[in-house]
Amino acid sequence: MAEIMKLVEAQQTNREMPDFGPGDTIRVHVKVKEGDKERIQVFQGIVISRRGGGTREMFTVRKISSGIGVERMFPLYSPTIDKIEVQRHGRIRRAKLYYLRNLKGKAARIEEKRKA
Amino acid sequence: MIHGLIGKKVGMTQVFAEDGSIVPVTVIQAGPCLVLQKKTAEKDGYDAVQVGLVEKMSHRALTSPMRGHFEKAGANPCRTLVELPYDGEANVGDRIAVDIFKPGDSIDVVGRSKGKGFQGVVKRHGFAGGRESHGSMFHRAPGSIGASAFPSRVMKGMRMGGRMGGSQVTVKNLRIAKIDPENNLIYIRGAVPGGRNSVVVLSFAQNGRRGE
Repeated sequence: MAEIMKLVEAQQTNREMPDFGPGDTIRVHVKVKEGDKERIQVFQGIVISRRGGGTREMFTVRKISSGIGVERMFPLYSPTIDKIEVQRHGRIRRAKLYYLRNLKGKAARIEEKRKA
Repeated sequence: MIHGLIGKKVGMTQVFAEDGSIVPVTVIQAGPCLVLQKKTAEKDGYDAVQVGLVEKMSHRALTSPMRGHFEKAGANPCRTLVELPYDGEANVGDRIAVDIFKPGDSIDVVGRSKGKGFQGVVKRHGFAGGRESHGSMFHRAPGSIGASAFPSRVMKGMRMGGRMGGSQVTVKNLRIAKIDPENNLIYIRGAVPGGRNSVVVLSFAQNGRRGE
């Protein structure tokens, strides 16, 4: 039975996703439906968390929009995600960057990861 | 046409709907099932077919009367047998599979609930119980179970603690989210009684709707 479950979940997670994690700046291309038209909206920001596994995996993107912090959570394998672009890999020291919520301006920057 | 199917619960997961919303589903491996016997109104007093779930089974586990029963139907032995209603044509040896259902169909699911063991009245019957603090000395006890000199006994059917679960439960009007005929899988929206690997019987909802 466990094998069947794996098969079922594999059908959901067979999409190719770029390698990204907390601290990275990404652009999420989201399909938005307005009436009967569909268009792409881009949400750009810093990934502050990635959690869950398999079909349930979700990630949170945080950005500052006209001075106000906005966070959006996406299911990783959601069909509404058209594509994900990684802009920049950040150097971070923890898996969840919730502390960014309490920081403003210069302090909320994340250093770019130096290539090994 | 036969109005149901036997299956085994695989487990729960989630799938994405087209609009990106998340649908909680129970995956059930159902069928294929074989018709082993036809019951008729003249002979048995009612019309039904006996179907068996096709799965690997050792012949040694069979009693000889059961062996005869399967030989008569010309089928390999099945562990799970269920009687189901039908309309129109149905004959011994017919095979039914998940394709009798369509996404969007309402179905009723019968299963055996998980055994909970001996439980008190709060969990078993939803009694409110008392306060945990502020000097309360009444926590999860049932309270009064009746009057005194009259009737001098406890009324029949008084709700008390006892064995909970492990009984037959029917969940009505569940929607089929998806069908996977290749792997004999049915995705049902919502939860279904029983644990993983437990046997469930799926049938068209008594008062539901068909198809999309």
